[in-house]
Amino acid sequence: MPALGADMDEGTVLEWLVKPGDEVHKGDVIAVIDTAKSAIDVESFYTGTVEQLLIGVGQTVPVGTVLAMIAEPAAQPAAQPPPAGPVEHKEPERPPRPAAPPKRKLKRVPAGEGHPTATISPLIRKRAHELGVDLAKLRGTGHEGTVTRADVERAAAGQQAAALKPPSRAPSRVRATPRARRLAAELGVDMAGLTGTGPDGSVKEADVRRAVPAREAAPAREAAPAREAAPAREAVQPTAASAARSGAERAQSMRQAIGRLMARSKREIPHYYVGNTVDMTRSLDWLHERNRELEVSERLVPAALLLKAAALAARQVPDLNGYWLDDQFSPADAVHLGLVISLRGGGLLAPAIHDAADLRLAELMSRMRDLVIRARAGRLRGSELTDATITVTNLGDQGVESVFGVIYPPQVALVGFGKVSERPVAVGGLIGVRPVVVTTLAADHRASDAMTGARYLAEVSDLLQRPEEL
Amino acid sequence: MTPDQARQVIEEALAQVAPDVDIGGITPDTDLRDDLGLDSLDFLRFVEILSGRTGTQIAEDDYPHLATLASAVKWLAGG
Repeated sequence: MPALGADMDEGTVLEWLVKPGDEVHKGDVIAVIDTAKSAIDVESFYTGTVEQLLIGVGQTVPVGTVLAMIAEPAAQPAAQPPPAGPVEHKEPERPPRPAAPPKRKLKRVPAGEGHPTATISPLIRKRAHELGVDLAKLRGTGHEGTVTRADVERAAAGQQAAALKPPSRAPSRVRATPRARRLAAELGVDMAGLTGTGPDGSVKEADVRRAVPAREAAPAREAAPAREAAPAREAVQPTAASAARSGAERAQSMRQAIGRLMARSKREIPHYYVGNTVDMTRSLDWLHERNRELEVSERLVPAALLLKAAALAARQVPDLNGYWLDDQFSPADAVHLGLVISLRGGGLLAPAIHDAADLRLAELMSRMRDLVIRARAGRLRGSELTDATITVTNLGDQGVESVFGVIYPPQVALVGFGKVSERPVAVGGLIGVRPVVVTTLAADHRASDAMTGARYLAEVSDLLQRPEEL
Repeated sequence: MTPDQARQVIEEALAQVAPDVDIGGITPDTDLRDDLGLDSLDFLRFVEILSGRTGTQIAEDDYPHLATLASAVKWLAGG
């Protein structure tokens, strides 16, 4: 179970898109995982053949749990500790185990769709309706998986319990080196469970590597790998897995996830803020001229120019593009521009546009449109939610003049754009009416100083005066 | 295109772009962007659908005509 963002500590398997025997390539979407915020398409970290699916549809497991086994094309048994992560490599001696029912649909299906509601008796259907239980999400325990009255009542009890459950603790921060952190993420090792041997007890790469065999030997915990955990896992076959969250649950878990992350940001990150007013005359004139010739589908919106300028400026001021990890700044080697997208029905997601500084405007525009559509449909990819190196919030369409954001840890900067509006501006000693936009930057004072932030905003402004070069 | 047809196309396009909007609650004077919370991408999609369904070329300069339901119906119906 990969961590799909700094605010995630567990996830639910909604669907497997592969089955044992399937060939997968690194980057292929292999499963759909439900998090507090959204359903996410999770990509394979490896190329190989799917050996086993260890976590069944509807099961909720902590970040770091092995979800499936993938055999490498030419597996070298026991040559080195097998990398874990969402997918662990094959260990040849492992006895075969029954895997979750394979699903190969491209379309999302609710958990338990293997039991068509047609086989459910009207009485049970009525009971489910009374108790507000979604039959499509139920896994039956009756003959051939039919849903029984007991299943429905258990599900209802489960829903009540879930509603009463207190918000889970925010995961405590662990001191670790960036290498160790990356490795732990790759191997699916929970940093919180490690003993560091580095300075101040910080976790080093070697500590993470040591943890892998240790986990293999751990007693049957849900998070332990397949062999030991097999009985336990069978025992937790969910009878009442409300796999996909209902609207109200989603709204609540979304608020909690945002709350945890933003509280952590404000607690840990000493924000500083700078702002600037940018003349948009040239950018808008250029845009208007360009759009005049184009079909609606190819037109650009001003936001595309703002995002491109934000990405290019991040490349030119690299102190703002990267992560604050272990008391030091690690610059990113690419600009993956996070874009805050508000969801209809509340909440938000901040997926990344990969390599935004290198995209042509038309490409950036289509990626932006695609991202918004997929974010709202719950079809983002895991990498999009974890890779952002700097994030932009554009509240211009909501009519506000400026927005000073809260940084997404471990990123170190958040860029804000307000509404492009006409204002009296002094130009060449005269007052004129011009379209302007207020640009802002919230940045992590540990990683940079306001001088750097000021340079960044000046860069954004310069870029917007030369739209033809964007 | 009659005003009724125009209204129907507009409502269908809005339903597609902003599924959460209560179409019945839209008055002729509702500002389609500000009151319905359409962002610039939503609005572009709206224009795209209108243009596709009606076969009307809608230039950026025409966007002000689409500010409210009443103005949009009038403009689409009048050509």
